[in-house]
Amino acid sequence: MRDRRQVLKNTRQEVRIFRVRSLLAILIVVSLTAMMMGRLAYLQVTQHEVYITRSEKNRVRVEPLPPNRGLIYDRNGELLAENRPTYNLMMVRERVEDLDATLTLLVELLDLPEEGVEAFRERSRQRQRPFQPALLISDLNEDQIAQLAINRHLLPGVEVEAQLLRYYPDAEVMAHALGYVGRINAEELQTLDTGNYAGTHFIGKTGVERFYENELHGQAGLRKVETNARGRVLRELGRTDPVPGQNLTLTIDAGLQRLAYELLDGRRGSIVAIEPATGEILAMVSAPGFDSNRFVTGIDVASYRALQEDIDLPLFNRAIRGQYPPGSTIKPFLAIAGLSEGMITPERTIHDPGFFQLPNDTRRYRNWLRWGHGRVDMERSIAVSNNTYYYTLAHEMGIDRLHNQMSQFGFGQRVGYDVFGESGALMPSRDWKRARFNQPWYPGETISVGIGQGYWQITPLQLATATAVLANRGQWAKPRLAKSVGDRSLPTELPDTPQNIELTNEQWWDRVFSGAEKVLTGHEGTARRTGVGLQYRMGGKSGTAQVFSLGQDQKYNAEELAERLRDHALFMAFAPLENPQIAVSVIVENAGGGSTHAAHLARAMTDAWLLGDEELDVDELREAMEEDNGSVAGN
Amino acid sequence: MALIDLARPLRARPVRPPESGMARRRSLWMRLRIDPWLMAMLLVLMLAGLAVLYSASGQRLEMVIAQVTRFGIALVTMVLLAQLSLTTLLRWTPLLYGAALAMLVAVEVIGDMGMGAQRWLVIPGVIRFQPSELMKLTMPMMVAAYLSRRELPPKWTDLLVCALIMALPVMLIARQPDLGTSLLVTCAAIFVVLLAGLSWRFILFLGATAGAALPLLWLNMHNYQRQRVLTFLNPESDPLGAGWNIIQSTTAIGSGGLLGKGWLQGTQSQLEFLPERHTDFIVAVLGEEFGLIGMIVVLTLYLMIVSRGLWLANAAQDSFGRLLAGSIILTFFIYVFVNVGMVSGILPVVGVPLPLVSYGGTSSVTLLAGFGILMSIHAHRRLLPR
Repeated sequence: MRDRRQVLKNTRQEVRIFRVRSLLAILIVVSLTAMMMGRLAYLQVTQHEVYITRSEKNRVRVEPLPPNRGLIYDRNGELLAENRPTYNLMMVRERVEDLDATLTLLVELLDLPEEGVEAFRERSRQRQRPFQPALLISDLNEDQIAQLAINRHLLPGVEVEAQLLRYYPDAEVMAHALGYVGRINAEELQTLDTGNYAGTHFIGKTGVERFYENELHGQAGLRKVETNARGRVLRELGRTDPVPGQNLTLTIDAGLQRLAYELLDGRRGSIVAIEPATGEILAMVSAPGFDSNRFVTGIDVASYRALQEDIDLPLFNRAIRGQYPPGSTIKPFLAIAGLSEGMITPERTIHDPGFFQLPNDTRRYRNWLRWGHGRVDMERSIAVSNNTYYYTLAHEMGIDRLHNQMSQFGFGQRVGYDVFGESGALMPSRDWKRARFNQPWYPGETISVGIGQGYWQITPLQLATATAVLANRGQWAKPRLAKSVGDRSLPTELPDTPQNIELTNEQWWDRVFSGAEKVLTGHEGTARRTGVGLQYRMGGKSGTAQVFSLGQDQKYNAEELAERLRDHALFMAFAPLENPQIAVSVIVENAGGGSTHAAHLARAMTDAWLLGDEELDVDELREAMEEDNGSVAGN
Repeated sequence: MALIDLARPLRARPVRPPESGMARRRSLWMRLRIDPWLMAMLLVLMLAGLAVLYSASGQRLEMVIAQVTRFGIALVTMVLLAQLSLTTLLRWTPLLYGAALAMLVAVEVIGDMGMGAQRWLVIPGVIRFQPSELMKLTMPMMVAAYLSRRELPPKWTDLLVCALIMALPVMLIARQPDLGTSLLVTCAAIFVVLLAGLSWRFILFLGATAGAALPLLWLNMHNYQRQRVLTFLNPESDPLGAGWNIIQSTTAIGSGGLLGKGWLQGTQSQLEFLPERHTDFIVAVLGEEFGLIGMIVVLTLYLMIVSRGLWLANAAQDSFGRLLAGSIILTFFIYVFVNVGMVSGILPVVGVPLPLVSYGGTSSVTLLAGFGILMSIHAHRRLLPR
C-alpha cells in the first residue's frame, strides 16, 4: 500500500523525468546514427577509390603459366632430353594449422630417409610470399602419392602438384654433352627475368641446357584468376598462353656418343668427334659420366659429396675442361706450320742420332728411340713420331712463330660456338710467360713445346677441332653442338670463326696426310697395329702426355709407377683422307702410349661413322687392344 | 490528475464506434495487442534482412528458410508476450530473474563448451539454451521492477541495489566469456537507471569511475579480448589474423560506394573474403552490395523503430512499463550501433549481431520477445490499476 501511494505521489515528476530523458536519448540516438552514416559516407564516398582498388587486388590474382621446356634431340631425331610428368609436394604455410605435427605426419607417411628429414624441415620453414605454395619434395613416387591422397583430410595446406620434370633417358652418356637443368637458386634469381620465370622452377645449369636456356625456356604465360579468401581459384578472368620453349636438335649422334662412352669403358678420358666440313660435333664424351637426372630434382648432399670427392672426377667435363699436354699428336700441325713458314719442305731431311742438342748446350733432348731414326723426312717424321725432327723444327721456328701458327689451329683458345664452360687451355708464348711468371722465354722451352710438352696444354675439343681444320686442308668450321633451334637451322658461318690456313703449295696438305696415313699403315707407323684391315684411307697421330717430367736420362718404367702417374694416351685421327667426314680426338688418362690404347678407340669411332657400324663389338676390340699392349713403343 | 490527463487521448480510442473497416482492423490489432506501425517496420526490416542473408550465405536457400522459421518462432513469441498483462509480468519478474541467474550459475558449473566459450545449457535431445540471452530481458525487468516501487529519481541506496542486481549476472556472463552480451545486459540495466532519473552529477561520477576503471578492466580481459582492442586500434598490425576481419569488412563497405555493387554482386562477400559474413559481419555485405544508399535506408529504418519504441514507452502509464520499454528500445539501438560501429571500424570487434538481419535464432527471439513486451506495455496501458 505504501508503494502504491509513493508511485502515485511521484508520477508527474517521473513522467517529466522520463520525457526529458527519452528526448535526450532520441537526440543521442539520432546523433549516433548520423555518426554511423558519416563513417559510412567516408568509407563509401571519400575513400571509395582506395577500397575499390583494395577489393580488386583482393580477388584478382595473376598466376604465371610456366612454358614447357623445349625438347632436345640428337641429329637423327632421337630424344635426348624430355619432360616427364611428376608429382611434387607443395605446402602453403598459412594454411597449415600445426606445422610440426604436419611435418611429423608427412615424414611418417612419405617414409622419408633419415638424412633427408632435416633438409625437408628446413625447406618447410623457409619464408616465402604469403599464400604461395612452396616446394617441399619433388618427384613423389606412387606410394607416396597414394598415402597423401588417403590422408588428405589430415593435411590442410599440403598439396600434390603435377609438374613436368626434365628427364634424360641416357643420362650417364649424355651428361657432359647436354648439361642438365636444376632448381633455380638464389643467385640466378638475382639476374633472371622474374616475370618470365615466375612459374618456372628449373633452369639450365650446364651444357646446351644452359647455352640455349633462352630458346629452350620459352615465354611464360599468365592467367588472371578470381580467388576467394582461401586462395582457391574460382574462375579465370583472362589468360595469355605460354609460348613453349623451342626444341633443340643437336649435331650429336646418339649412337656414336654411346659407342664413345662404351669405348672408354669407365676409364678416365674423353672422345670428341667432329664433322670437319661443318664443325658439327658428332660425339663429345667425358668419362666417367654421372646420372644428371639426379641433379634435376636436387641431389642430396651426401651423394653430391660422393660425386665431388670421387677420385675419377665424374663431374669434371674432360672434353672441354680437361687440360693435357698434347704430346706428339701435334706433330702434323707443326709440320704444316714449318711448311707455311718455309722452314721445311716435304723433301727436307734431318739426321736423327737419337737426340737433339741446342748449339752451345750440352743438354740432350732425346728421341723416344734411343738410337735414333737416322735420316728423317717430313712424312716419316710423322709416321714414326720422330722427336729430333720436331726439336729442330721448333728451334728453327722459335716460340713466336710457333705460337702464331698453332693459334691458327685454335690451340690456346676456346673453339666451340655453343659449348658452355669450355676452357681455352694454353698455347704458351713469350708474352704469356712474362705475364704469368715474369720470366723471359728460354730457347730450351721451345724445344719441349716442339713435341707437345712443356707448358702446352690442350683440351680434347681443341685437338678434335684442330684435326678437323687439318682434315679440311685449313678450312675452318667452328665446332657447334646445335644443328637447329626450333625451325631455325644454325648458320654454317658462325661468328668469330678463325681465318682459314693457306699453304703456298696445296699439295703439301696431301704430303702431311700421307705422313698421318703412314702412322696407321706404314711399316714403321706407331699405330700400324690399329691400321690393320682399314677399309678406307685414314690419317692419325698418336701422342703420349707425360703426367710428370722425367729427369735427364731417367728410364721410364710404367710398372714402377702408380697407375695414376702413367702417361696419358692420346690419338687424333681423320678419315677418309680424300674427303674427311670425321675428325676424332681420343684421350685416355694414364693409359700409357697413345698408339696402344687411344688409336684403337679412334679407329673404332671412324669405323662406326664411316661404315655405319655403331654396334661395334667392343669386347673384341678390347681383346685386340690387350694383345697390343706394350708391343709398340708409345709416342 | 496527471495520470488522467495523460490517459485521456489514449483512452478515447476504444470508445470509438467500430463501424468502419479501418476501425475494425484497428480493433483486430488492438485485440492482438500489436502495434501496427512497429510491426510493419519490423517486418520490412526482416524482409530486407532475408534478402541480404540470401546473398551473404552464398545464396543458400536453406539458410534463408531456417531464418524464416526462426523469425516465425520469434514472432509467435512476440505475439504471446504481448498478451501478458504488465501486472503478470511484474509479478513474474523476480522469479524470472532468479531463474536466469540460477541458469547462469549452472552454465558456470556444468555448461557446455561451444567455440571456446562456455555459454550453453544443454538438456540432451531437447534444447540448447543460452541463459545469458534470457538475462538480456530479465535484467531490465528486474531493475525496472525494483525502481518502479521506489521513489524516483532513485536515491543512492536504490542505485546500490541496482548495482547489486546487475553485478552477479554481468560477471557470470563476462566470465563465459561473452563480452558482447555482458555489455548489452549492462546497457539494458543502465538505461533503466538513466531513464528513471539518475542525477546528472552521478552520471558524471559514473563516467569518471568507468574511465578510471578502464585499466582494471584491461587487466581482467581475456587475451583474445585484449587482442581485439589492440587490433581495433591498428588493424594492419595483424593483417592475416584478427585484423583481417576489420580490413576485409571496411574494404567491403568502402568498395560498395554510393550505390553498391548490386545484390549478389559483392566480390568481397561472394568470394569469402569476409569472415562471419552472414552473422556479425552481415552489414559489410549490405554496405558492399547496396552501397551508402542501402545503408542509409536500413539505418533510417532502425531509427524509425527506435523512435516509435520511445514513443510507445512515453505512452506507458506506470514507471515499470515506461522504464522497461525505454530500456528495451535503447538496448535495441545499442545492438545496431555496436554492430555497425565494429564492422565499419569505429568500434572494436565485439560479438554483437545486427538485429533481425544477422543469421541466428536466439538473438531474433530475444529481440522480438522484447518487442512483444514493449507492445504489451503499450496495449495494457489503460488496464493498469489506477
